[in-house]
Formats: sequence, C-alpha cells, structure tokens
Amino acid sequence: MGILEVKNVNKRFGGLQALGDVNLSVEENSVHAIIGPNGAGKSTLLNVLIGKLIPDTGSVMFDGQSVLGRKPFEICQMGISRVFQTPEIFGDLTVLENMMIPIFAKRDGAFRMHAVESTANEKEIIEQAEHMLESLNMADQRHDHSASMSRGNKRRLEIGMCLSQNPRLLLLDEPTAGMARADTNNTIDLLKQIKDERDITIAIIEHDMHVVFSLAERITVLAQGSPLVEDTPDKIRGHPKVREAYLGESA
Amino acid sequence: MLGLNKHDMKMLLIVAALAMLAPFLLNPFPTDSAMAQFNAGYPDLMQRFVIFGIFAIGFNILFGLTGYLSFGHAAFLGVGSYSTVWMFKLLDYNIVPGIILSVIVAGLFAVVIGYVSLRRSGIYFSILTLAFAQMSFNLAYSVLTPITNGETGLQVYTSDPQYLIDDWETVPHLFGLVEMRSTYTMELGAWSFDFNAGYYLCAVLMVLMFYLSIRIFRSPFGMMLRAVKSNQTRMNYTGLNAKPYTLAAFVISGMYAGLAGGLLASMDPLAGAERMQWTASGEVVLMTILGGAGTLIGPVVGAGFIKYFENIFSKINENVLHEWFGFLPDGLENAVVWVVEHFVGSGWHLTLGVLFMMVVIFLPGGLVEGGQRIMRMLRGKKSDNDAEKTTQSTPAE
Repeated sequence: MGILEVKNVNKRFGGLQALGDVNLSVEENSVHAIIGPNGAGKSTLLNVLIGKLIPDTGSVMFDGQSVLGRKPFEICQMGISRVFQTPEIFGDLTVLENMMIPIFAKRDGAFRMHAVESTANEKEIIEQAEHMLESLNMADQRHDHSASMSRGNKRRLEIGMCLSQNPRLLLLDEPTAGMARADTNNTIDLLKQIKDERDITIAIIEHDMHVVFSLAERITVLAQGSPLVEDTPDKIRGHPKVREAYLGESA
Repeated sequence: MLGLNKHDMKMLLIVAALAMLAPFLLNPFPTDSAMAQFNAGYPDLMQRFVIFGIFAIGFNILFGLTGYLSFGHAAFLGVGSYSTVWMFKLLDYNIVPGIILSVIVAGLFAVVIGYVSLRRSGIYFSILTLAFAQMSFNLAYSVLTPITNGETGLQVYTSDPQYLIDDWETVPHLFGLVEMRSTYTMELGAWSFDFNAGYYLCAVLMVLMFYLSIRIFRSPFGMMLRAVKSNQTRMNYTGLNAKPYTLAAFVISGMYAGLAGGLLASMDPLAGAERMQWTASGEVVLMTILGGAGTLIGPVVGAGFIKYFENIFSKINENVLHEWFGFLPDGLENAVVWVVEHFVGSGWHLTLGVLFMMVVIFLPGGLVEGGQRIMRMLRGKKSDNDAEKTTQSTPAE
C-alpha cells in the first residue's frame, strides 16, 4: 500500500475524457514523477489530488483517508503540501515573515495582539523560521521584500515554507518551469537534499526530462488521460511505448 | 514602551499631540482677518475630524490589512448612532451606555453581514456589503420606522421614558461631569481658540483607537491578515482556515464604525437614515485611499482632508470669490470667478474628485507617500537610497 492511492479515477469535461481509469500508487518516502505530453491530464490529476477537482468516479486516499471533497486547508492539515508552477509566496511580506506564516498555521494560529517579537512563543517561531532560512542558505535575505527576489529564490522559499510544516507528501507542479539553467540545477540539488535528509514522499509533475531523470525513483507516464506505463527511470528511458507516445526521436 | 517600537511610539505621540493641540493648529488665522474662513477650529468640525478619523482607522484595519474592500461600512456607523440615541431615549443623557451599546450592536451586525459577505472575495464581496448597507438604509428609512423614526430621523422627545433622567439633564453629558457641548473660548489678541469637551472626549478615544490599530498592525494577527491580502492561494494551501481571521478583522472594523456612529450621536443627539447611505460608505473608502490604505496614519490624514474640504471649501461662494479677485480688470475677474466657482461652494466635490484622481495616479500610496517623498527629497541623496530600502522592505507602513 502506498501513502497515496488513486483508484479508478475518471474525470470528464463535456466531451473530453480528461482522466480515464487512472490508477496510481505512490510509495512512502519515494520520489515519484508523473510525466506526459501536453494534454495528457497531468494538471487535472494534480487538481484531483489536492481536492480542487472532484472526479466523476474513483477514489483518492492519502494514508487511508479520502481527500475528496475536503477544503485545501484541510488537505494541507492531513500532511500534503503543494508547490505551484508559478511560486506562490506572500509577495508583500518579508522573507522571514513568509517563513513564519506556515509555522503559525502549523502551531496554534495567530490570534494574538501583542507585538510579534515580545513573547517566548513568538521568539521560538522566529527562531524556527530563521533556522529554516539558514538551511536554505537564505538567512542573509531574511529582511528582503520577497516579491523582489529571483524566480529561483522564490521557488526555494516556497519549498521551504512547505517543508517548515513537516508535510508527509510534497506535491510539486513543474517546479522548474520558466527557470534559468542554474536555478533549475539549484532546485534539483535542493530537492535531492530534502530527499536525503527527511522522511518525505515527493510527487512531482514535470516537463523537463533532466529534472525527472535526476530525481525520480518511479515514473508514471500519462498519455491521453490514462497511465501508459509505470516503472523505474532506466526502464522508462528505453521503453518503446514511451518513446512513441512522448519522448519522440530526441530520446 | 506600551509594547510599541520607537518608530510607532513616535507616530503615536505625534497623533496625540496633533489631537490635543488641534484647537490651536486649526485656527491659525485671526478672527477678523479675511483668511478666517479657512479656520477649521470650531467644535462641530473638530469633532467630525476625529470621529471620522476613528471610522477611517477602523476601515483601514479591514481594507488596508486584508484587502477586502467593504462598500457598506456606513451601515455600522448608522447602527451605532441609532443605538446611542435609543439609550438617550430610554435611560438618560449620559453618553457612556449609548457608546457601549453602539459598539456592541455594530459588532453583532458585523458578525452577521461579515459571515455572509466573506463567502466571496473581490468585487463580489464589495457588492454584497453594498447590498447589505442599502438594505439597512431602506429598513431604517421606511420599514423599521417604529424603531428609527423613518425619514424624520431618530431624536429625543420630552415624552420619552428616560427612566434615569434628572431635572438638570437637557443635553448629552459624561456622568454629569461635563456637557458635550460646553466650550471654553480663549481670546488671545486677535485670535480665539475653542476648547470643546465633546471634542476632547472624541480625541482621546481616537488616540486610543489609533494605538489599538498600531498594536493590531504589528501583531501576529496583523501579519496573518497581511498574508491573506498578499496571496489567497498560498494561504489556502498553508493549512490555515483564513475565514476566522478575515471575519475578526471585519467585526473589529465594524465596531470602530459603531463607535464613530455612537460618538456622532453623542455630540448631537440625532440619528438619520442618510448616515447609512452608500455615499457615506463611499466616503470612508475615499478617506482611506486618499490618505494611504494600509498605512497607519493615512486614514486619519484622509479623514481630516475630506472633512476640511467638505466644510471649508463648500462655504466659499461667489461673493467671496469676487472679493478675492477684485484686483483684476472686470472682464477677467468675471471669467476667473466663473471658472473657480465651479470648484468651490456646492462644487467642492469637483475639487475633491480632481485631487483624488491626482493622488491615485501619481501617489498610489496616498498622501502619506507624498509626505514620505518630500521627506526623502529634503534629506538629500545619500539617505535617499536608505529610505527607498526601508519602504521597500516594509511596504505596508
């Protein structure tokens, strides 16, 4: 049994079968990539996983509990954190404040009127946030306005914000889309580091084969709304069906 | 001190000093001079400055921090006024029970209206609050006439029960210590300054409310509200239900509005439905944006500005203009007066409109941003870069 179990999921938009009989099992503490050509249903599948879309049939279970019909914040409380295609951070806040918000959320909220630095509880939160920033090598930027950072640093911060809540499953939606090569490599290194240091399951939807083959332990190939094959990266690379459907001649 | 950092403490002291010295600051011209019409230091107007200051400070807690633009805040102002007048009618002219009730009732209204309206965000939220405010206005104007006295407006009659009334009570007062309308006029050479009890009560409350808003802005609660404004998507996927936070902000700002309404009725024991009309809701939006939404001091500045225009510019009429431009040749004088008169008197809205457009286009941060730019220019080039850095890292200040 995987930590995330998708069973017989179908989703139809009018005449378009976006997802047809999708079965997927993500093993705990593995890195699982979902790839596929444009229009294969990757985004639809992701939206089903995070409860944004409710499938017509089928079930999505996370650690034995259904995620369907739950609100985003409830799904997050179950231990699923999401990283978006365009980094979603609090652009009006400083980097440190950005890091504090998820820690507030994880602990006991923020219904308090005293000054932020004034109590032991708050000091602990700041400390925790600074510690997290240090591990991301972002401590120097903690008082910067987060909207003015580079794309790569925004991504780093976003991943850090997710990790600060100690999620069990990290869902990444094309984490390196629109990034310069150097930023892409930094992101790959960061994800590798996370994988090595933590007990965490990572599910990643990605276009960039370089990213997929550097990180993934299992790969599911989606084509026209259904899983074509699921296997290890080496097998996928040489798989004739995959070549045909997706990688084309360049592979 | 008081849980504030140095910068905030300085700002609080400035606001407190301005409020306490307002009778002097607002009457800079000698009573008999031609400029005396620009004096704003009479009790009625000074009371309005601080009361609408409270209203705008409260509105800014919602709009400035969470970004939810309410177009129905006048409903809470009106509800507050009605509550206070009812306390006058039922008990006596002591203002304290009325003000307490106005805050409570406005808070209850805000819970209901906020709970429903906050199901949506953006323009839909604004429209929902506008609809609620117009419903409240219509209820007050016609349907609920037994409670609100309809279009006549609610006022105190001698036939009212007033169970606690004593013989000497004829106007609103504070525990019998001082009447709200009592004014001490100080003559100083050609100048005269009015010190009004009602004004000082409102001013003290405004300083307290300003202090409370600083505390909210600097607290974890305030940080969470800024996060809600900054990115709803990330907020949703952070595992925190943002609704209790936005609702709390809505209720707090509704209670500020209720307090302002209660104070309006305490200064002048009347409450009319027009206080709840959508133009009144729009006015507080203008005040906040004109002064600088999301800044601490902006709403107070904006409220003062708009109330000054409303009361001073609207008094300038054709005769006054002819006096001013009398030195010009006749034909030119008439032409100039003809142009200018459209911007003053009953046309003061035109001036305000032009000013508002200029601020929104050239100073998106409101008059506060204008002030900051001037300060930066004065400080010279080197500190220029520093100042820019500070505003960048703390955009909400």
